[in-house]
Amino acid sequence: MCLGVPGKIVEISPEDYTAVIETFGIRQTINTFLVGGVSLGEYVMVHTGYAIEKIDLEEAQERIRLWEELLAHEGFGEVPRPGDSKGAD
Amino acid sequence: MNKLNNGVVLLAHGDGGALTHELVTELFLRYFPNQTLKGLTDAAVFSVSGGRLAVSTDSFVVQPPFFPGGDIGKLAVCGTVNDLAVSGAKPLYLTASFLMEEGLALDDLERVVASMAATCAEAGVEIIAGDTKVVGRGNLDRIFINTTGFGVVPQAVDLGYSCIRPGDRVLINGAVGEHGMAVLAVREDFGFAGQIKSDCAALNGIIEKLLTGVRGVRLMRDLTRGGLATAVKEIAMGARCDIYITEAAVPVLPAVKGAAEILGLDPLYLANEGKFVAMVAEDAAEEALAVLQGHPLGKDARIIGEVGEGRGNVYLKTAYAGTKFLDMLAGAPLPRIC
Amino acid sequence: MRDLEKFRDPGIARALIKEIRNLAARATKRLGRRAVFMEVCGTHTVAISRAGLRGLLGDYLDLRSGPGCPVCVTDYGDVDRMVKFARLSENVTVGTFGDMVRVPGSDSSLERERAMGADVRIFYSPADAVRYAADNPGREVIFLGVGFETTAPAVALAIKDAKARQIKNFSVFITHKLVPPAMEVLLSDPGLKVDGFILPGHVSAIIGRKAYSFLEGYELPSVITGFEPNDILDAIRLILKMMLEGESRVVNGYSRVVREDGNRIAQQQMADVFAVCDASWRGFGVIPRSGMTMNAGFKDLDATERFSLPPVAPRVPAGCACGDILKGKLIPRDCRLFAKACDPRRPVGPCMVSSEGACAAYYQFERHLKGVTAVE
Repeated sequence: MCLGVPGKIVEISPEDYTAVIETFGIRQTINTFLVGGVSLGEYVMVHTGYAIEKIDLEEAQERIRLWEELLAHEGFGEVPRPGDSKGAD
Repeated sequence: MNKLNNGVVLLAHGDGGALTHELVTELFLRYFPNQTLKGLTDAAVFSVSGGRLAVSTDSFVVQPPFFPGGDIGKLAVCGTVNDLAVSGAKPLYLTASFLMEEGLALDDLERVVASMAATCAEAGVEIIAGDTKVVGRGNLDRIFINTTGFGVVPQAVDLGYSCIRPGDRVLINGAVGEHGMAVLAVREDFGFAGQIKSDCAALNGIIEKLLTGVRGVRLMRDLTRGGLATAVKEIAMGARCDIYITEAAVPVLPAVKGAAEILGLDPLYLANEGKFVAMVAEDAAEEALAVLQGHPLGKDARIIGEVGEGRGNVYLKTAYAGTKFLDMLAGAPLPRIC
Repeated sequence: MRDLEKFRDPGIARALIKEIRNLAARATKRLGRRAVFMEVCGTHTVAISRAGLRGLLGDYLDLRSGPGCPVCVTDYGDVDRMVKFARLSENVTVGTFGDMVRVPGSDSSLERERAMGADVRIFYSPADAVRYAADNPGREVIFLGVGFETTAPAVALAIKDAKARQIKNFSVFITHKLVPPAMEVLLSDPGLKVDGFILPGHVSAIIGRKAYSFLEGYELPSVITGFEPNDILDAIRLILKMMLEGESRVVNGYSRVVREDGNRIAQQQMADVFAVCDASWRGFGVIPRSGMTMNAGFKDLDATERFSLPPVAPRVPAGCACGDILKGKLIPRDCRLFAKACDPRRPVGPCMVSSEGACAAYYQFERHLKGVTAVE
């Protein structure tokens, strides 16, 4: 129901809660009010020109690591429970 | 000339009188200085030899008339030249009919005409007849152009749906979606407008190289409105075969991919103005690919699919080994949030 | 960005698909039929189709599209009102997301009104609509606030911004809707046959994992996930795994974006500007406390307050099965209008209108698949 694109923060204007993000080489100005302060290099998920949440790269890498590890062992492990990761705290 | 009349097109520029004459002699003839047009006769008379005559006509109403990578003038030449070229013809002559809104800046008109002249020179064609009409303010947006093109199809060239056979390969000369995304972004004033350029280009050079260099070209189509998906679907239906396209093989520039993700659009359905597909016999496909890649407009050429027995379906093989059905575009692509 | 590309990695996808097929075969044995999972969110529907996943998994799983396309569930009466706004006067610009443009109401659509001379303008962002109003003080700009929890905070912020900057020619017609109440209606329908939910990633980014506590007590393993192919595949794998282990929790499979409590700032923006109200959904009827209306402090920016419209009596086309399709009780091919009286060129129901609508997605991508059938 809601198209989102990830983007990397490459410019910030804190005074009006806007930032420039880059998605696959395309740059656009977005509103960052909904995610509080942002810093350069952070990733955000953007919907209709507004960042709706920051992307936690550690969580992303953790999931990929899990897949790759399980891939290597030809099998997948347990279902994660709340508390297993930051996102579920 | 542009100093006159406050530098804008007036209704009188289209009434056939003195201002029309001034516009024709000081603008059009300056940029299109060929002998046939110079006579300013009621009809252009020319002779052709060496094959069958091909004729194509198209009207250009692109909004806005100036966009990154081109303008309506360049488009009006390329569009008709490309329609002739993919039909196997060597494009020779064009006519150009200008419909203008009163108040159009003469500087803008000159930019369009200069761009047409430059594109004609590149494509090796001449504009040998023309017309100008001016309509009242609000009756159209700035400028529309109609071009009709004439070309000659050499006797040796035999293209058509009936030539297509199972096993034939589908070749494309480069990345898809640039023109459609470039124009959409400026028209709707999206934040990233200007970062993507139209691929607008005359294809007769690269196509002539392909046709003279390789035997086994069955059919060609340029990929304008409706994009790659719609063109391939039309070929499959026309040839009564199925076509399998491999998604990962279809080139898409990163910027087009990014913009398409932002707007929820599929690059396979976006318009192109400098791209074509060629259906080529299996044993000639690699050679054809090499010919395309050796031309500046084919650097990113790829073999993107093949023909199978069937009844007109097009299947896209995704990167995940799934298949999905490609149909014609239903309505112009609209950006979505969902 | 390179890390994020891994969420599309075909190698990982192949391994996930292999695992899903193993697990699904066991589930089919146990159930005596294929497991039925509903992707609540329309963007998941499109992502599944674009990657060709439904065909890859069709022999093992029955993936159903749920009610999660805000355009699909926009009531006929609301579309009729949008059309009436577009007809108000030459001075009016109706601003909308592109999705809404082709949606038919009782006798017209915004696309048709534009053809007849109305100024209907597509905006990528509500912020762009505010900017357009500020730049064109002579025009009345009516923005259509369509969408679920993901979109509502952005529209709330735009409304606050317009109010703070005293942009007098900007107003909003709100038809925002909330996802949990619609899911509760699904759950209460005895005809609904679903074994698990793929939950919407970006709605969940706003409302948080905790918002799905209403799923407790149902034996419905559910996973919140993102929109990349591997996100979706992993969610299916986790739901199957929970099913086979007799678990029914709501797992956050999109922990890179979704937090337990959601986005508190976004929730606050919605609460500041909107109040929860009953709302009419196309195909569902009125669902209590599933919609939004503007708070007293913002009534001056409410288009329904600023312009009094004559009442409308919507006419719903006969034979359209969108209601049962949205509930997952039927698939598009079960509708007698599907691919006959109703196709993307001449859409009757909302599910054919939106490119992410269940019927349009089936029509575009899966008409030819044999493995896609109704619940046994």
